[in-house]
Amino acid sequence: MAGIMTDTTALQPYLAQHTALQAQGQAAAWLGGLRDRGMQRLAEKGLPTPRVEAWKYTNLRPLLKHDFAAPTEEDGLRIDRIPSLQPAAETTHRLVFVNGRFRSELSHLGSLPEGVTIGSLAALLREAPQRIEPHLGRLGSLDEHPMVALNTALMEDGFVLLLDDGVVLAEPIDVVFIAATGERALAFHPRNLMVLGRDSQATVLEHHAGQGEQATLSNLATEAWIGAGARLWHYRKQEELRSAFHLSSTQLLLARDASYDSFVLSTGARLSRNEVKAELTGEGAECHLNGAYLMRGEQHCDTTTVVEHKVPHTTCREMFRGVLDDSARAVFQGRIVVEPGAQKTDGHQLCQTLILSDRAEIDAKPELEIYADDVKCSHGATAGELDDAALFYLRSRGIPEARARHILIESFLGEAVQKIAAEGLCPALLSSVANWLAQTHDETHGEAA
Amino acid sequence: MLDIKNLHATVDGKPILKGIDLSIAPGEVHAIMGPNGSGKSTLAYILTGREGYEVTQGEILFEGQDLLEMEPEERAVAGVFLAFQYPVEIPGVPNTTFLKEAANAVRKARGEKELDALGFLKFVREKTKALGISDEMLKRAVNAGFSGGEKKRNEVLQMAVLEPRLAVLDETDSGLDIDALKTVADGVNALRGPERSMLVITHYQRLLEYIVPDRVHVLAQGRIAKSGGKELALELEEKGYAEFTAAA
Repeated sequence: MAGIMTDTTALQPYLAQHTALQAQGQAAAWLGGLRDRGMQRLAEKGLPTPRVEAWKYTNLRPLLKHDFAAPTEEDGLRIDRIPSLQPAAETTHRLVFVNGRFRSELSHLGSLPEGVTIGSLAALLREAPQRIEPHLGRLGSLDEHPMVALNTALMEDGFVLLLDDGVVLAEPIDVVFIAATGERALAFHPRNLMVLGRDSQATVLEHHAGQGEQATLSNLATEAWIGAGARLWHYRKQEELRSAFHLSSTQLLLARDASYDSFVLSTGARLSRNEVKAELTGEGAECHLNGAYLMRGEQHCDTTTVVEHKVPHTTCREMFRGVLDDSARAVFQGRIVVEPGAQKTDGHQLCQTLILSDRAEIDAKPELEIYADDVKCSHGATAGELDDAALFYLRSRGIPEARARHILIESFLGEAVQKIAAEGLCPALLSSVANWLAQTHDETHGEAA
Repeated sequence: MLDIKNLHATVDGKPILKGIDLSIAPGEVHAIMGPNGSGKSTLAYILTGREGYEVTQGEILFEGQDLLEMEPEERAVAGVFLAFQYPVEIPGVPNTTFLKEAANAVRKARGEKELDALGFLKFVREKTKALGISDEMLKRAVNAGFSGGEKKRNEVLQMAVLEPRLAVLDETDSGLDIDALKTVADGVNALRGPERSMLVITHYQRLLEYIVPDRVHVLAQGRIAKSGGKELALELEEKGYAEFTAAA
């Protein structure tokens, strides 16, 4: 489709889909109301444009060039490969979503202790909607997040984890999202919900990948409630196809002494945005947002974080490292807000980018908003080329230039991976880095029309 | 082994070397002494091919090959080695990995069999013992957080691993206390042999008490101002470089 479309035209397909979904009439009243509110907000705000500050550096206009359809069960019926951060044999719990829909025949759950619910949102909405009503759609403002509003308007399925107080889940939960196309471009809106009761613990491994030729839009929204003393480890790998748009928004609420540890490795998608908003509402809460991105060709990768310290004695640490080659572009927007009275806040943020090409670009916008006077907060953003002195040092020892460059890039990312990712995952993440380096510049450069 | 003929070089357009002639025969150890800014380190970098140094005149032959035509890594596999004055810290790369990469790059280029992890460990352990390098130092990232002495010992270890034909030691004594200096010098002396030549660059005579040279050259204002035997070093220690800096 050529030319510029107005926002309203762009929203038509979503509106039609929303109307059809609501017309099925199976949903509880609260759910129908929630979806309606999402649609209303979206209609009022429209899709984000660069005129909105939060979307200044990430333009969604390329989305408008595609006629995205809502997937049916026919789309992505056959799945070639299920990617994972851990070997299949070692996976105890695995949930697979294809085009946003849960696929039970590809999934399996090991034995679970009492007080654990793991499953699909669709099933829970069908069978026990009252269990998720207190939490679903309650985090984050739809006004501030038009893409979350869109997700809310169309939400049907996604990943749900509910842990009762004190439940410790020893084995990680593997959650795989596959965007699979045949003849047409597809858009879907997985909605994930995690509610961790007091002193509970879980590890979630999320993997995003794709198959097929057509463009896809994965518009994910995740809400995580982390109760007092609870711990959530959340690791994600985003390796969607170059024909994919990947927009992910995570809203977190951390209670007293709760902790959230995350690492996102992004190598895929034509355009991606990983947005996290964390509210630290209880003393002793700790939030660790980390990640690495490797981009080349025309890829665009946006990392946007907002951490709100609402009470005294809370901590956040953010460390992101990226490598940009060719004409790739990255955006890092990191905001730390310290509310009045939130004394002894300890917040640090660092984004370091290695730029391998003259055409690559990073826009970094760290922001500190501090309304308390006894806090430790810092931010930093660096961008640079490979260190000439180190490169020469390696070459002077007989190591060929290309290999020397790889060693330095691997060490730049490896340091981040080893420092901040869970130990067991390091080999998988590091091998992803090595694979990325092994590809030539243009091997995966092609983009769907 | 090494023939430098009428070498002129500039850095950022500024002439630094202004006609150097130097020949080193196999097995010989030559020392280059000179005041700060005389071009000692420039010579070391030109020999090993660092960017930013422009040779405007002259040539360097290494075993008959035109060294200036070769990439840094080609020079390394041909047998040229530089022990850096300021070894570079490379966080995130374990020292062992680095040493193994380097050893195998050189072995591969020389048509020798590459070493596997176990084979390499055995090979490197023979070298580390003499230099007082612990396994812990091998595991740490290359030079990261190393003390001055550890860095210099690590340079000598690399030299032992790569077994070069020509070793250039750039101010290897700088920043070392006397014990560290002795360890490093012992390591270097152990590598002396009839087929291995060395060019020892130093500001002070002290190092040459431990690594005794066959020839000593004074580099001043971009030229070799005087050459002589090992006794020249002692003479310089006594009189300083004033004579050479004033003369030009």
